[in-house]
Amino acid sequence: MYQYNDDDQTLIDERVTQYRGQTERYLKGEIGEDEFRALRLMNGLYIQTHAPMLRVAGPYGLLSSKQLRMLAHVSRKYDKSYAHITTRQNIQFNWPDLKNVPDILADLASVQMHAIQTSGNCLRNTTTDHLAGVCTDEIEDPRAYCEIIRQWTILHPEFAYLPRKFKIAVSGSEQDRAATQLHDIGLHLIKNDAGEIGFRVLVGGGLGRTPVIGKVIRPFLEKKHLLSYLEAIVRVYNLNGRRDNKYKARIKILVKESGIDKMAEWVEAEWQQIKDGMEVSDERYAEIKAHFTPPTYEENAHQDSSFDANKNQSAAFATWIKYNTADHKTPGYRAAFVSLKAPDSPPGDITDKQLDAIADLADQFSFGEARTTHRQNMVLADIKQADLFDLWQKLDALSLATPNIGTATDMICCPGLDFCALANAGSIGIAKEINEALDNIDYLHDIGDLKINMSGCMNGCAHQSVGHIGILGVDKKGVEWYQLTLGGSSENEAALGERLGPALAKDQVTQAVSTILDVYIKQRLDEEVFLDTVKRIGVNPFKEAIY
Amino acid sequence: MKIIKDKQIIEDSWQHIADDEEIGSGDITVSLSRWNSDKNTLANHSGNIGVRIAPDDNVGDIADDLNKINLIAVELPAFTDGRAFSHARLLRSRYGYEGEIRAVGKYMADQAFYLQRVGVNAFELEDTEEYPAVISTLNDFTVKYQTSTN
Repeated sequence: MYQYNDDDQTLIDERVTQYRGQTERYLKGEIGEDEFRALRLMNGLYIQTHAPMLRVAGPYGLLSSKQLRMLAHVSRKYDKSYAHITTRQNIQFNWPDLKNVPDILADLASVQMHAIQTSGNCLRNTTTDHLAGVCTDEIEDPRAYCEIIRQWTILHPEFAYLPRKFKIAVSGSEQDRAATQLHDIGLHLIKNDAGEIGFRVLVGGGLGRTPVIGKVIRPFLEKKHLLSYLEAIVRVYNLNGRRDNKYKARIKILVKESGIDKMAEWVEAEWQQIKDGMEVSDERYAEIKAHFTPPTYEENAHQDSSFDANKNQSAAFATWIKYNTADHKTPGYRAAFVSLKAPDSPPGDITDKQLDAIADLADQFSFGEARTTHRQNMVLADIKQADLFDLWQKLDALSLATPNIGTATDMICCPGLDFCALANAGSIGIAKEINEALDNIDYLHDIGDLKINMSGCMNGCAHQSVGHIGILGVDKKGVEWYQLTLGGSSENEAALGERLGPALAKDQVTQAVSTILDVYIKQRLDEEVFLDTVKRIGVNPFKEAIY
Repeated sequence: MKIIKDKQIIEDSWQHIADDEEIGSGDITVSLSRWNSDKNTLANHSGNIGVRIAPDDNVGDIADDLNKINLIAVELPAFTDGRAFSHARLLRSRYGYEGEIRAVGKYMADQAFYLQRVGVNAFELEDTEEYPAVISTLNDFTVKYQTSTN
């Protein structure tokens, strides 16, 4: 993974000094509330219901064992001994004290981590495929480009006060696992007819109050022009995006109101002015790429026979392999998911002990690295098949081996009313109820591939509009109600879910989810997955069963 | 009135003339729209002429006149309005403007570093007590990732 050079380190150290000064001036009353708000948000610090919340950047999801141990340390020393993994591969702490945040940032900087631009109306952390570099359907490893984008975005002087937040995601594989169609800019590495690799560029996707699927603005962009093209888009947005209404300020609204053709025309005109001279040189790319060379895999790893033997002997291990591991491009290796969706813990939460243990497991089995995923789990990406049984037992002992990846209980869930100042309704409690209703693992596996996403307000942090089943908490005269949608997807065939009917009372939600699953089981054909059944029969049969 | 120019606090005599205000003598700035409609008469003005760029303005509109202009004031009506950053950047790197670019309006001392990075070399704030903070934040970082104006 990328290792900081002296300049990278100096930059984040100077950022800590800057923010320490800003915090001191704020506490002395020398910076106003609104001004400090903007400054702290650009260092990841929100003020929430009970306490501030600090969001630390997980650059495109990559974490070293040393960084994991530091996160564990921070959670112990400054928080309540747990952290939370977000849908954009970041790490959140829910209980830090505002005055301690400079010290937290200094601790993080000592392991090449920061919270720069994890919030605010600026260029945010770039995300990518959690299986980048190891998956079997990869066109090219996107991580070097992600690092190039990371550096370009960090402290970008022109684009720190945009109309609204701005998120970029990159996918290097055929299957989009980074929800790139739902980002302000989505980049897909693709191969054109001439066999050259470049980017398909999408713009104007996004979730939140007005979910929109991104549109292609450039079908093929030469890789060397990546930064000039990004700059052209962001400059057009900075100058033309709406600033009169924060709910209409995202680039998706500019694209919608101007039309994609007009937008493409503006961007093209801007890009033509800057493209020459901003190329990513071959040397520069090679220098960054060198940080992402594959680790030294064992050539004979696939000759191990214990893996098959263990699968034959232990049905539980075989099940875990089936659901919680993914194919790896190197024979004899697999990528293993660390499920942060144990039935009795809030989705995406992880304790200090678990963080430390994952660091140890990463050192022991996976070249000292781990990743966070967009669905709020973690991945140890390079596990030798001979080590999987041992790894599974250790994860199981840590409650990190629930074999539910990609199933109904692998829910994306926001912190909801329990923590978040914006939320209108609880989400963690409903997640727990759904977990209890689906506690039969065979039933869960029979349902199969199902993505339930649940947000506690229409800001949609848990991406409910692209959940196969989406659950949105709303407030009606002080009472929590829940709006259900069906048929959303954030993958290749991105789609927004269709509303099922009037919002349901809190005590009806879990029953409604069970009813939806019953309808699916009755209606499905052969191996048909949930999403395909919804597409085939529409929402009416589900609606009739619920209302 | 005092401003910061090239990291020094200096006395400044420029007057910002509103669109409905009479033009007196001395160094003055006018809005881009006034410049566009009155540029021929303004050419006879005895003092120096500057132009104020509002967030909605297109800086390209002044590209051909830059050799007649001694100061460009980029306006931030609120610190959250980031259009001035693009305006300054374009003036320097696209249109090659080498005169004074001054940030005017409501912004934070803590934004001065980025403003400097995009080409602003003068800062004018209503609250001049902020000036020491502005000068100090200009040195917040010694390293940078982007190729920008400076």
